[in-house]
Amino acid sequence: MALKSPGEEQVSEFEQILKESTSELLEKVESGQLSDAVNLIQRINDERNRNLYLEVGRLTRALHDAITNFHIDVGAGNPASEKMSQMANATDRLNYVIRMTQDAANQTMDKVDESAPVAERLSEQASSLRKDWARLVRREMKPDEFRGLYRKIDDFLKEAEDQAGTLSSNFNDILLAQGYQDLTGQVLIKVITLVQEIEENLVNLVCMAGQVDQITGIQRDTSDRITEEAHAPEGPIINAEQRKDVVSGQDEVDDLLSSLGF
Amino acid sequence: MKILIVDDFSTMRRIVKNLLRDLGFTNTHEADDGLTAIPLLETGNFDFLVTDWNMPGMTGFDLLKTCRADPKLKDLPILMVTAEAKREQIVAAAQAGVNGYIVKPFTAAVLKEKIEKIFERIEQQ
Repeated sequence: MALKSPGEEQVSEFEQILKESTSELLEKVESGQLSDAVNLIQRINDERNRNLYLEVGRLTRALHDAITNFHIDVGAGNPASEKMSQMANATDRLNYVIRMTQDAANQTMDKVDESAPVAERLSEQASSLRKDWARLVRREMKPDEFRGLYRKIDDFLKEAEDQAGTLSSNFNDILLAQGYQDLTGQVLIKVITLVQEIEENLVNLVCMAGQVDQITGIQRDTSDRITEEAHAPEGPIINAEQRKDVVSGQDEVDDLLSSLGF
Repeated sequence: MKILIVDDFSTMRRIVKNLLRDLGFTNTHEADDGLTAIPLLETGNFDFLVTDWNMPGMTGFDLLKTCRADPKLKDLPILMVTAEAKREQIVAAAQAGVNGYIVKPFTAAVLKEKIEKIFERIEQQ
């Protein structure tokens, strides 16, 4: 639905009219029909304006279409589809991605926080049992103590069984929490498509602006382009290997800092 | 050891907080950008600051400069943990007086190493 070279057709049409009118204009001037010549100039001017308005109108409609066409159709039966249909713009969609990833990260960290002490406790109990066991092997244990150890081993085995179940269930929850990747992936693909459409339209807009400059004879001063604020944050570098101005990892940070005397 | 963790993403604060806890630092507090961090730092007697760079409100870089310009906070050890990876940014942070710089994503081992290095250096002075 992107426009195909929007300015081209119109301008060539305008150029055609301009060319045709020029010879006519010369004729009129040479034959002294000055009021006709003035009318002709007026017509050329009107034509120029009309072309500009047409272009602006056409592009505005295309941009409007690009934005209103931006809907996500998640298939029926998807639990999130009702929520998704309420989101009408890209900002909402991206916020949805942030929320989903944040929830998944928190769920995962909750389960890790829950599991770490379980593993730690099992490890402590096993290490205490191993000490007792070593004493038994060295025959340093009295019969009373042995009975205690007997019970301790039984308790430990039962607890190990239970806790392994807890860990396994937590791991499963962690696995399920990664389901966000599918949903956010779908949303991001839609946003990428919109961005591409807008980009195409913007390129067309820039082309048209160039045509407008050409028709109107405006000379642009390019020297006042905004320069990026020094050290402005850029966020994660997604193409570090293609760039020379960024480090590709902690080792390079360390090298750079040590070269500065750190 | 009282530590302030400044990051606009709560998950990243939680990751840093958990890693610090594993390293034995349990007295940690949180702020979500430079503007909310400053009043805490002014009154909280913090011993250490871990900050992100890219945050709305006030960036970690501005927080760093603000701290260094504040007589009370000029010697506060500051560790930057950030996705910002441009050489000029790292150089700028070093010149502004940062004590350590970690690029995300990072590991527990890197965090441990940098924190130890910072305190080693402070003890030497």
